[in-house]
Amino acid sequence: MKDEAVIDVRGLRTQFGDHVVHENLDLKVRKGEVLGIVGGSGTGKSVLLRTIVGLNRPAAGRIEVLGEEPSMLNEEERQALEQRWGILFQDGALFSALTVAENVQVAYREHLKMPGDMMDELAALKVRLVGLPIEAASKYPSELSGGMRKRAGLARALALDPEILFLDEPTAGLDPIGAAAFDRLLKELQQALGLTVFLVTHDLDTLYATCDRIAVLADKRVILAGTMEDMMASDHPWITEYFKGPRGRAAGRAQGKPG
Amino acid sequence: MSQTPSFKTEETGSGFMFSASGDWTVRQAAALGAALDELSAARIRGAQVTFDLKNVSRLDTAGAWLLDRTAERFLAQGLTPRFEGLRGEFQTLFDTVQANRGTCPDTLHDMRPFAVQLTARVGDALLATGAEVHGIVGYFGIFLQALWRAVKSPRRLRLVPLVHHMEKAGFDALPIVCLITFLIGAVIAQQGAEQLKRFGADVYTVNLVAIIFLREVGILLTAIIVAGRSGSAFAAEIGSMKMREEIDAMRTLGLDPVEMLIVPRVLALVLTLPLLTFIADIMGLLGGAVTVWMLLDTTPGVFLVRLQEAAGFWTFGVGLLKAPFMAIVIALIGCHCGMKVTGSAESVGQQTTQSVVKSIFMVIILDALFAMFFTAVGI
Ligand SMILES: Nc1ncnc2c1ncn2[C@@H]1O[C@H](COP(=O)(O)OP(=O)(O)O)[C@@H](O)[C@H]1O
Ligand SMILES: [Mg+2]
Repeated sequence: MKDEAVIDVRGLRTQFGDHVVHENLDLKVRKGEVLGIVGGSGTGKSVLLRTIVGLNRPAAGRIEVLGEEPSMLNEEERQALEQRWGILFQDGALFSALTVAENVQVAYREHLKMPGDMMDELAALKVRLVGLPIEAASKYPSELSGGMRKRAGLARALALDPEILFLDEPTAGLDPIGAAAFDRLLKELQQALGLTVFLVTHDLDTLYATCDRIAVLADKRVILAGTMEDMMASDHPWITEYFKGPRGRAAGRAQGKPG
Repeated sequence: MSQTPSFKTEETGSGFMFSASGDWTVRQAAALGAALDELSAARIRGAQVTFDLKNVSRLDTAGAWLLDRTAERFLAQGLTPRFEGLRGEFQTLFDTVQANRGTCPDTLHDMRPFAVQLTARVGDALLATGAEVHGIVGYFGIFLQALWRAVKSPRRLRLVPLVHHMEKAGFDALPIVCLITFLIGAVIAQQGAEQLKRFGADVYTVNLVAIIFLREVGILLTAIIVAGRSGSAFAAEIGSMKMREEIDAMRTLGLDPVEMLIVPRVLALVLTLPLLTFIADIMGLLGGAVTVWMLLDTTPGVFLVRLQEAAGFWTFGVGLLKAPFMAIVIALIGCHCGMKVTGSAESVGQQTTQSVVKSIFMVIILDALFAMFFTAVGI
């Protein structure tokens, strides 16, 4: 049960025209874990996320999510599957014409027949859950700061209580205190709601604070997937540079781990 | 895999037992909520309610919220709720939900009666219009100030942007202005000739075309085309600069956005709209001349002679005189709308649309005012 893979990617190739982004990429995400995806800029972390959730078509390979192959499903089954995961895009991608509460309620309106007061209370619950003040519920995204927009995006991603949460650089552009608070929030929510988290990040502190395992993307594939100890033990030059460079060591010391 | 959620209540020695089972998830929340509401209304009496949750197979935030809400209601009715059989992972979820319950602020839904809402909206719109007029008049003042500074030290007049905007708003508009005014001139002549022929007065078609085009249609059409082309472009350009905080960056570098962005645009329109109007007048007359030649066999020579009789200098002057005023209105509204853009991309689109609507509206109002004025002074 514990090792059950909720996301299973095998032999994936993605390309845009002649530009191959991934080649023969394998990746497993286990149930209930937080998997951090790291890699240099442009190594295809966002593309991998988009491909797994079906926003990009893979050129070859198999992708299984929650035991199903999204590309094999018909429209209805796909929608049912999509409701079992939530995605937080880089800048929140909130619908700008709707308030935060209405953003959360989009899924309720679209997929469930729910009375208005129940939607309101559930939206309020989600807004508080992600650590926003309740007043933020009736604000429009343009009236929020970057950190608040991220949290609001998270509230929307959590609307239907998904089993998997996909996050694309959630702490990018946040101040260190805001980023640390987001890390804590993520960990708390993950434990309280029993989420599996697929986390693309550049932030070493986030990796230390939240991730159970880390997958390193380089040379068009996952070159290593394992715990922080495995990363430290590796002698691949990029991994060494990344985790044992000055920033890596500082983040490690801050978490009281070897570095 | 999923199990339909349900609950039942039974009497025990000390009170009631509430046993829940199945998947208590957001998908079933609506049905469960309705059933739970009925339950709390009438059927339970007793000192203690025990929530037995050991048969719950799945629980999410919505399920936990429903249970917590029910427990709270029992508490309000004087009962003591107690939870039993809550598994470890559910307990964490439950605590999290309990800690974060709340209600959306009331501003989300307008609860006021319809008549009040209607009145409020009319009032809001009126105030907004007032603020808008106030804002544009204010911008006119700021523009005049900046212009005065530029007159005092001509170095501050940005010639390159001025010429650039003159090209974009004026020269580039020539093809569409020419085409449209030529066609409208032809249409007016054709319709006029058709009607006047019935009275045998078809020779006056030239008078009709000349007066209506030189006094009104030439300038109106040109102003409306320019409002649609350039007023909106001003709003979009300045708006997207505002959105990306470029305007703020300018200010911090000691550059005056009014001087850099607004003055060149307003001046460009003030200089080019009369020129465009002049060309529009010529093209309209040309359209009329071609039509009467074809329909009534009035040769160009005859057309010119009749034109001289029909239209004096002021017929032409009246139209041209309006152009700079309309140019100022169009350019100021475009720039003002651009400056009103707030953080989002959506507001750029909104303000761009607004600038076109407002400037066309104002152009027509202005034209009506001018008509009254010229009638009063007798030209
Ligand atoms: N829609 C697209 N069309 C063409 N190339 C793309 C597209 N999306 C991403 N790419 C390319 O794929 C590569 C990986 O991009 P991305 O996944 O965004 O990188 P990152 O790891 O920084 O998130 C980049 O080289 C980018 O140029
Ligand atoms: Mg990216």
